[in-house]
Amino acid sequence: MSSSPSLRPPVVRIDVLRWLRENLFSGPVNTALTLLAIYLLWRFVPPVLDWLFFDATWQGSSRADCHPGGACWIFIGQRFGQFLYGFYPIEQRWRVDLAALSIIVLAAPLFFSRFPQRRRWALGYFLLTPLLVWWLLYGAGILGLATVPTDQWGGLMLTLVIASVGIAGALPLGILLALGRRSQLPAIRIVCITFIEFWRGVPLITVLFMSSVMLPLFLPEQMSIDKLVRALIAVILFEAAYLAEVVRGGLQAIPKGQYEATHALGLSYWQSMGLVILPQALRLVIPGIVNTFIALFKDTSLVIIIGLADFFTAVHRATVDPEWLGFSTEGYVFAAFVYFLFCFGMSRYSIALEKRLARSEKR
Amino acid sequence: MKKKALVAALAAACSLATPAWAGQTLDTVLKRGVLHCGVSDGLPGFSYTDASGNYAGIDADFCRAVAAALFGDAKKVKFTPLTAKERFTALQSGEIDVLSRNSTWTISRDVGMGMSFTGVTYYDGQGFLVNKKLGVKSARELDGATVCIQAGTTTEMNLSDYFRTNGMKYTPVTYEKSDESAKALESGRCDVLTSDQSQLYAQRIKLANPDDYVVLPEVISKEPLGPVVRQGDSEWFNVVRWTLFALVAAEEYGITSANVDQMAKTSTNPEVRRLLGLDTDFGKDMKLKKDWAYQIVKQVGNYGEMFERNVGKGSPLKIERGLNAQWNKGGLQYAPPFR
Repeated sequence: MSSSPSLRPPVVRIDVLRWLRENLFSGPVNTALTLLAIYLLWRFVPPVLDWLFFDATWQGSSRADCHPGGACWIFIGQRFGQFLYGFYPIEQRWRVDLAALSIIVLAAPLFFSRFPQRRRWALGYFLLTPLLVWWLLYGAGILGLATVPTDQWGGLMLTLVIASVGIAGALPLGILLALGRRSQLPAIRIVCITFIEFWRGVPLITVLFMSSVMLPLFLPEQMSIDKLVRALIAVILFEAAYLAEVVRGGLQAIPKGQYEATHALGLSYWQSMGLVILPQALRLVIPGIVNTFIALFKDTSLVIIIGLADFFTAVHRATVDPEWLGFSTEGYVFAAFVYFLFCFGMSRYSIALEKRLARSEKR
Repeated sequence: MKKKALVAALAAACSLATPAWAGQTLDTVLKRGVLHCGVSDGLPGFSYTDASGNYAGIDADFCRAVAAALFGDAKKVKFTPLTAKERFTALQSGEIDVLSRNSTWTISRDVGMGMSFTGVTYYDGQGFLVNKKLGVKSARELDGATVCIQAGTTTEMNLSDYFRTNGMKYTPVTYEKSDESAKALESGRCDVLTSDQSQLYAQRIKLANPDDYVVLPEVISKEPLGPVVRQGDSEWFNVVRWTLFALVAAEEYGITSANVDQMAKTSTNPEVRRLLGLDTDFGKDMKLKKDWAYQIVKQVGNYGEMFERNVGKGSPLKIERGLNAQWNKGGLQYAPPFR
């Protein structure tokens, strides 16, 4: 212990003026920049708010009710059903609602760590929910639900179907590819590397275009694979290649000692991967995985190239109705808002997940 | 290079695929009971979806007319929205039976790509939209103008040809989306907007004060738009082509969806009686019912009704008949005689 004279703690004062002086007006350059920023905000924010809210038209039923000068949200209201469900028959739309509800409600137990038999529930959930949702959406005449062909699917519902099937299919495939790429067996390694490099080397739009335009030419006439299925397969293969590289990053970050320890314990390959390596590796790459998912969610709008009417396309198509020509700005602002909600939600969830999983390190 | 290879591969695949279709489309469609029709993924007045999710527009109505002729029920159509890139492949691969998607009839498409144009549903052409303030009455006065171009397959080429032929100068500003080019015209970024005339009317509605703008009379390119079928299947070709002629002929003889029943009972005009299948049965040779043309007019209307409802007076677009009027009213719509 040294014997330096004890100093008084520095006085912490919250002083608005001083904070302003220190941070915003600390010199001529900063002062000028601050004033410029204030000017720009004053110049642009009020008109945008006016257009979005204060001068906007919220109620009415046709183009004639729109006030000039502000956004006309009647357009969105009129087409809201189509934005959500596409051309899904109106009297059958409850099936989509029920499917969405069952996905959420059945998943709830997974978020409570005290729920008994949570592991089994999770297994059942991931195996059975897709079947349930498929049955509800497609029907296929099973148990009296009429078939709704996939060309009538559309809107936000289609976007969510493509994104969630893409995610659910690409993640396991991506993990397997990542493991395969680091495999000791040359054949597996070469196959995985070829697969990954091929799919990473072509743009998604090309893959979709090929699946829609080239594939039918090589198939026998009159035999056609459902367009949506083609798109789903293309998305899964494409995203799996990206995820494989993300996961590989995580695998490489695990210290060699961990691998050696699993060998020393006599664990088999799958045991060591499943119980020791992957749980750590995946936790490390959550940001990267979620990043890929967010990109995937937004990339779903590329299915317009093969004539599927996802959410963005539904908005776009509504803007060419002669009754509502000239309201595309409203449509695109609304689309941006919805995409933001979903992507922001995903990123918040990933942060929460990271925090929860990081608790073990803090112990 | 890649594009060329793709086109070559497509062409090769097309030429292989063609013969297999000879004379079986009609049987397939009749057996299936539903017409598969390819339309645009969104073009005001031609094919778009209304608030209740139904396809509307001239192109969509034409498909309904074919369905009415085939099945006596205009509702038996399955619409497939197609992008400009995939439309012809969709036809070749058999995904659709008829392509009714504002496609321009050109020799390269008609003879070189394994498909046949059955006629013209709409005579379009590239035109100009200007602000009335400029005081321009004719495209000849556009020397030195800044021209907003809506990027299209041939728009830029037609424009530069026209200005060069007339010894005029211009500054091009190209936009990819129609909304952008409309905004650019409105903000004064350019003096004049060029695109196919049918689309200029749609662009005009988007402007804050549509009445301040006018579409100039000049048309600088020929864009005959029509339905397309696969080449080498004359049976099916005939059905689609004569559906269009029946629509046009019905207007010429004054048969509308409102008076068709009365005409069928009272008309003594032999052309009308033959068209409606009262005296002669032309349907039999096309494997159709005797009243095929009657069903078209009854359920979809004649060509004039179709036009006015979708792009003419009855629609927000308010396009004049122009070239699309009947031949005896100064237009080009002309149906061969029904006899």
